[in-house]
Amino acid sequence: MKARVFVTLKTGVLDPQGEAVKHSLASLGFQGINAVRQGKVIELDLAETDPARAEASVRDMCAKLLANAVIENYAVEILS
Amino acid sequence: MKTAVIVFPGSNCDRDLAVAFEGMSGQKPHMVWHKDVSLPAGLDVIGIPGGFSFGDYLRCGAIAARSPICRAVVDFAHRGGHVLGICNGFQILTETGLLPGALMRNRDLKYICKDIDLAVKTTNSPFTNAYRKDQRITIPIAHHDGNYNADQKVLAALKAEDRIAFEYCDNPNGSAENIAGILSENRRVLGMMPHPERLNDVELGGMDGRGLFVSLAKALIHA
Repeated sequence: MKARVFVTLKTGVLDPQGEAVKHSLASLGFQGINAVRQGKVIELDLAETDPARAEASVRDMCAKLLANAVIENYAVEILS
Repeated sequence: MKTAVIVFPGSNCDRDLAVAFEGMSGQKPHMVWHKDVSLPAGLDVIGIPGGFSFGDYLRCGAIAARSPICRAVVDFAHRGGHVLGICNGFQILTETGLLPGALMRNRDLKYICKDIDLAVKTTNSPFTNAYRKDQRITIPIAHHDGNYNADQKVLAALKAEDRIAFEYCDNPNGSAENIAGILSENRRVLGMMPHPERLNDVELGGMDGRGLFVSLAKALIHA
């Protein structure tokens, strides 16, 4: 079973990398970009075959390591 | 005084910190490898050095903070032990939860390596008692991720409880409240981005970092 974790910065946490990407896009002529927020995607290949148990396990991984709750939010997607 | 320096794969200031600790205590520190599960008995101070533990993978300090020895360091701190985390060591301490907040990418996205001016904001700690309040000292920084971030509640508590140890005089990295170093609630854990161990010898161009080690010696040898 595969899982995907999306880690993003919490609202209100300044994202210097997103800001730099936004400025670079503007310099390339892309207009009307209000904001850019950069995050990361973590793909996991799990031995678990039960989707509910897989999700619970991945959420535990997020809380313990994959995301830093001080500055980041996460979302978990279980893929068949 | 018995000291230890924790060494991770990618630590690169461990020997500088060991020299500073030896000068302070008169004894060679124990160099403790990250895979060890326990600390030497009877330690007074643990140093977590600068560097790029585990290549800064995932987040700076995240993997190191989950290593076996860090569980022992957290227990040591909870029992009232003194812990000094410098640069990557500060990042690791926030990742363990011993200190609040997080260190993010520098505001201007650049790695900065230069001497900067700091203001000592409190002398009420075992790490700063040999300085004067608001004393300006010059100490090098060398980091890419030193932009201190915490929510308003944490920042208000750090201020109200006099737990900001050092502030940047000219904020190089975007840190909230110009924070360069903070103390734990019991004031026995200090995390700071600048490197006092690098200006602890006249041969290296300055002595402004020495006060931190003199402070620890005062606090612990006479304790």
